[in-house]
Amino acid sequence: MKNKLGKQTLVFRNKPVITGECAVVGTREGSGPMKEYFDVILDDDTYGEKTWEKAESMMLKNAILTAIRKAGLEKSNIDVMLTGDLLNQLMSSSFTARDVSIPFIGLYGACSTMTQSMLMASVFVDGGFAEHAVCGASSHYCTAERQFRMPLEHGNQRPPSAQWTATASGAAVISRQPCTANNILIPAPKEIFVTYATIGKIIDTGMKDANQMGAAMAPAAVDTILNHFEDTGMTPADYDVILTGDLGYIGKEIALDLFADAGIDSAKLGVRYDDCGTMLYYREKEDVHGGGSGCGCSASIYTGYLFRKMRAGEFKRALIVSTGAMLSTISPFQGESIPGIAHAVTLETS
Amino acid sequence: MADNTTGVPKKEMAKAYEKYAKSFTPKPTYVANCVRAFIAGGLLCILAMFLQNKLMAMGQNEKDAAAIVTIAMICAAQLLTGIGLFDSLTKMAGAGVIVPITGFANSMVAPALEYKKEGLVLGVGGKLFSLAGPVLVYGISSAVAVGILYWLIGGAK
Repeated sequence: MKNKLGKQTLVFRNKPVITGECAVVGTREGSGPMKEYFDVILDDDTYGEKTWEKAESMMLKNAILTAIRKAGLEKSNIDVMLTGDLLNQLMSSSFTARDVSIPFIGLYGACSTMTQSMLMASVFVDGGFAEHAVCGASSHYCTAERQFRMPLEHGNQRPPSAQWTATASGAAVISRQPCTANNILIPAPKEIFVTYATIGKIIDTGMKDANQMGAAMAPAAVDTILNHFEDTGMTPADYDVILTGDLGYIGKEIALDLFADAGIDSAKLGVRYDDCGTMLYYREKEDVHGGGSGCGCSASIYTGYLFRKMRAGEFKRALIVSTGAMLSTISPFQGESIPGIAHAVTLETS
Repeated sequence: MADNTTGVPKKEMAKAYEKYAKSFTPKPTYVANCVRAFIAGGLLCILAMFLQNKLMAMGQNEKDAAAIVTIAMICAAQLLTGIGLFDSLTKMAGAGVIVPITGFANSMVAPALEYKKEGLVLGVGGKLFSLAGPVLVYGISSAVAVGILYWLIGGAK
């Protein structure tokens, strides 16, 4: 197969390019360490809507439309929309798609949705099935909390490993050719190309504690990254930055330990590697316990922070690996463990 | 890591990984939580006792005074839940405010607030007991069981 390397990695020979992106985040995320990188920060997490679900849809819609505008395009130019979220039946994405009327495929990858959708969008564009594809993901603390955990106002104490679902959304337009719209800026920002993607396998560690998501997902992230290195022949040194999605503080430590076991020197990896879940909030001040999680966590950090840094030329090659815990609302009650997954995407600048 | 036939890891593997993950996890501050719960719960009881004594001094009998205090506690917890303070209070005080009747009141009001958007019948009505339901089911069931036992051993006249 000419566009596949090894067992799990896809090669995008036509180099799909990211032409526009946007990150929309909630108030708490917008007052964290990453606040200067986000395009839109909400004043109010309801976003002026009647329900939390509507608010989340609105965030995704805003992210998508802004990304399209930044690419210098119109809605009608977009051939396919590939987005996902955490809600049952992809409520936020489907209702966004209803509003924007772009041909739509919904994706579920739990918190791995952002790289999953970027991978799929790149496949569409690289294969010539789309000229422009928009991909994205969203999550909202209040919608996720009520679906997966407890009503918001219920009093309880969260264990130290519990993670905080980010109220955030990110979207990117992936196109076959660079758009010229950006080039009026001087100096011209760098173009970001999608060059490889590695599809992850489900790794189930047998963890059953839904408050230990980072630990449940870390082996999946490590597995995908190691397979990526094996398939492509690259090493951590080939990357300027490696970001995992939402392992959080505990998951990140576990990942580093597993990498060390696999013979990847953590001192070498340490300077390049970080986890979006540990970047989004101030750890002590915000009382987020295990760190951030949710589709929006990695989506907003990639589209807000990473893409901006790459366009500015600070990073030349990045590996992004969103991680998902594929549990359902009923599986923990049936005694099932948490299946973890991670998809990796390689980004390079010109 | 996984058993080849099902993808579900073997029990000992899962146990070993859980132990490994635990070594990275900070321990909950059990002692501090207990102390805080003890102080908060104690203060709550002192407040209740104070109210009851006041009411009795104003001429209520003991039974009525106790009922009024219970109702007052429930109302206070409901109000605090409604204005969004109860969950912050619980973060600090933990079991000190969850174990008394205040915790029960919170577990009724929180779903009522949460599911208002889904309508009064299927939203609030359907989900009102989603948290308190299990407590009621097993609380009432065990009360009935104990009652029958009491009757059988001839306690009831």
